[in-house]
Amino acid sequence: MPCLAREIGASVKASYDAQTPINIAGAGTKLFLNRPPENRETLDVTGHNGIIEYDPAELVLLARAGTPLRDIEQLLYDHRQMLGFEPPFIDDGATIGGAVAAGLAGPRRAYAGAVRDFMLGVTFVNGRGESITAGGKVMKNVAGFDLFRPMARSMGTLGVLLSIALRVSALPEVERTVLHEEDNEHNALKKMNRWPRETQAISAACWDGRYIRIRLSGSEAGIEHAHTFIGGQWIDGTGYWRDLNNFKLDFFRASGRLWRVCVAPMSVSIGKNGVQLIDWGGAQRWLKSDEPPATIRSLAAELGGYAECFSDDPAVETFHPLDNGVAALNQRFKHALDPAAILNPGRLYPEL
Amino acid sequence: MSRAQTDKDPLVTLLRSVLPDSGIVADPVSMKPYECDGLSAYRQIPRVVVLPETVEEVQAVMRVCRQTGTPIVPRGAGTSLSGGAMPHKNGVVLSLARLKRILQIDADNRTALVEAGVRNLQISEAVQHLGLYYAPDPSSQIACTIGGNVAENAGGVHCLKYGLTVHNILQVKMVTIEGELICLGSTALDAPGYDLLALLTGSEGMLGIAVEVLVRLLPRPSVARVLMAAFDDVEKAGNAVASVIAAGITPGGFEMMDKSAIRAAEDFVRAGYPTEAEAILLCELDGTEEDVISQIDRVKKLLAESGATEIHLASDENDRVRFWSGRKNAFPAMGRISPDYYCMDGTIPRKELGKVLMRISRMSEKYGLRVANVFHAGDGNLHPLILYDANQPDEFERAEAFGAEILDLCVAVGGTITGEHGVGVEKIDRMCVQFDKASLSQFLEVRKAFDPDGLLNPDKAVPTLARCAEFNAMHVHHGNLPHPGLERF
Repeated sequence: MPCLAREIGASVKASYDAQTPINIAGAGTKLFLNRPPENRETLDVTGHNGIIEYDPAELVLLARAGTPLRDIEQLLYDHRQMLGFEPPFIDDGATIGGAVAAGLAGPRRAYAGAVRDFMLGVTFVNGRGESITAGGKVMKNVAGFDLFRPMARSMGTLGVLLSIALRVSALPEVERTVLHEEDNEHNALKKMNRWPRETQAISAACWDGRYIRIRLSGSEAGIEHAHTFIGGQWIDGTGYWRDLNNFKLDFFRASGRLWRVCVAPMSVSIGKNGVQLIDWGGAQRWLKSDEPPATIRSLAAELGGYAECFSDDPAVETFHPLDNGVAALNQRFKHALDPAAILNPGRLYPEL
Repeated sequence: MSRAQTDKDPLVTLLRSVLPDSGIVADPVSMKPYECDGLSAYRQIPRVVVLPETVEEVQAVMRVCRQTGTPIVPRGAGTSLSGGAMPHKNGVVLSLARLKRILQIDADNRTALVEAGVRNLQISEAVQHLGLYYAPDPSSQIACTIGGNVAENAGGVHCLKYGLTVHNILQVKMVTIEGELICLGSTALDAPGYDLLALLTGSEGMLGIAVEVLVRLLPRPSVARVLMAAFDDVEKAGNAVASVIAAGITPGGFEMMDKSAIRAAEDFVRAGYPTEAEAILLCELDGTEEDVISQIDRVKKLLAESGATEIHLASDENDRVRFWSGRKNAFPAMGRISPDYYCMDGTIPRKELGKVLMRISRMSEKYGLRVANVFHAGDGNLHPLILYDANQPDEFERAEAFGAEILDLCVAVGGTITGEHGVGVEKIDRMCVQFDKASLSQFLEVRKAFDPDGLLNPDKAVPTLARCAEFNAMHVHHGNLPHPGLERF
């Protein structure tokens, strides 16, 4: 297993020279997304780990890609800080590199930002085995093309991440959850989108068909104030938000494929196509459904959004098909970074 | 020049076949306003200026340029401070100023769909009645366009808390060099495929032309209060910023000014700044009243512990506007005490502030030019203003060399040559200092993927390797070029 950046570079260079595709492997917590073929060479990058730089007062953390999120979260927690995008699978050993490559973010995403929004820069090995720097480790930086944010959600098809600089966030002084009874979807969406206009304290909003759960983060006074107009009863929501983020709620055990449907938050209901759980205040809708994939995808597309299949089903592509023009640009971009198409080919789309 | 004369240029004839007469400016006198942008030291009259009014016209212009191999320099309001919109002498200036419609405001989903030529502030004005606003607020926001903001990934005073352009847009329709209209992003929070929206943002017009932008709108915070603190030492002020941020408080704006900037601003607008202070901090806290009140107490305590000699809370909105007026007028204030000034834009890790300011002050002596520093302290973005007189022989060259040395220092302490103004023509050689050869080649490969013939805003933002080789050969000592009188192109 390569540990040093130059060993990873040399390994990729050898694959480039031999034109041999490779699977880039972290902790393997997200293999259910377009499961890679097993009969392929694997480049295990978990040996390239460790936190390189962290200064709490700068709000910046620089870590090698193989670093377990658990180590990062612990160090940040010790300084009353956190990763603002709330990545899943921390307890399963997920790495920061994998978290960036898959780009999954938790309930806080709609209020705090996605993985890419917290990224400041990366170093990575491109498909030629060259080490590339994009961005940096300061808060504001517009020098050079932004090749670092596109690493998020690229599923490792653009480069092998070596190190990642992230902006980190302060832990809220207080974090509490209120439960609000509401069985009408439209009303639930309206409330979840009206309340954030009155307070900055909302850090998660979810509707399960019976209840709205709102997580409030901030000062004691700010949270109390938000509660005066949101109402509902205080509950211990910590376990709920963690289980939602890690696909462990009962909802995820219902029958049917699991779809992640992303749309504008106030979009009309997609509930008639299955059982749903609405997160991100309406912007991310988990759907358990046996409808044909094409039906779900076109429904999402008509609403201006997209649908991803999160079930480990080899018959269904995970990601939403791209329009022709965008697909062509995606291919040209991929080719610029990985001309021999050796990095995780097929992990995002068959043609990338 | 008459139409008959300009039309001797076959390019103009071709453009006339796709645009109305009112959309073409081809005589040198009328093209004069387009010869430069906010970096007025660099000027060039273009071959022709086009002003399309529709997306279809933009597409048609792109096709003509591609067929004829003509360089294209896109232009919004021309407020760039890095020469991003400086014309190419054989090229077309493609002004997006006439694409200026606000197409849709979606109050429910808190978004606005606008054409590229819509001004930044105009968006916030159009949604004010809904209690919403568009957060990025570059200092040129009265004039600058959203298309230019996308091209430059514009920031502003409030981006510490609310993010840059890239964090506040959802979707961009862009015209490719082939003249195709492509939609990047989606109406959801992110989109399938690669994040080409992020790649396009800040690409300085080199990958495609943004023609329509779907922006996110934020609820206007109900309360904003500003604290001003004075310090007898710049480093103490820097440490005060770090202590507030480390305490988990994210101010809406967090700005620093040094003594020269304080005095110039105070003379100009009487903002009530203590002119004996070595540095002042302006810290704006916004949100709900409850949150803001609790934060004010905490911030005051932290500032006092960091050694602030005075702390004032703006008592009302008038006071708040007055405190900000000094900072917002810092640039014109410099214009009163110096015939010209040159604004730099490096970002550094905040902890390096004391060291960097001390080194800048030494450079000021070395180059014999005064400097004032204003600083987006919260995010480490430094704006040293180098004062010079363009009418004095050599002064602009000295100012440029001074600026270059500041940028090299920013890179050396782990920062960047540009936080928000862009590379443009101004800092293109500095890219050779910040990035290695492999990374620059990678940028060039990406550019080629979008624009194989290199027609979009050529000679900006990303240097060729040949240029860097030449630059590195000349870059013997920081700022001391072997032939300072020679044009360096």
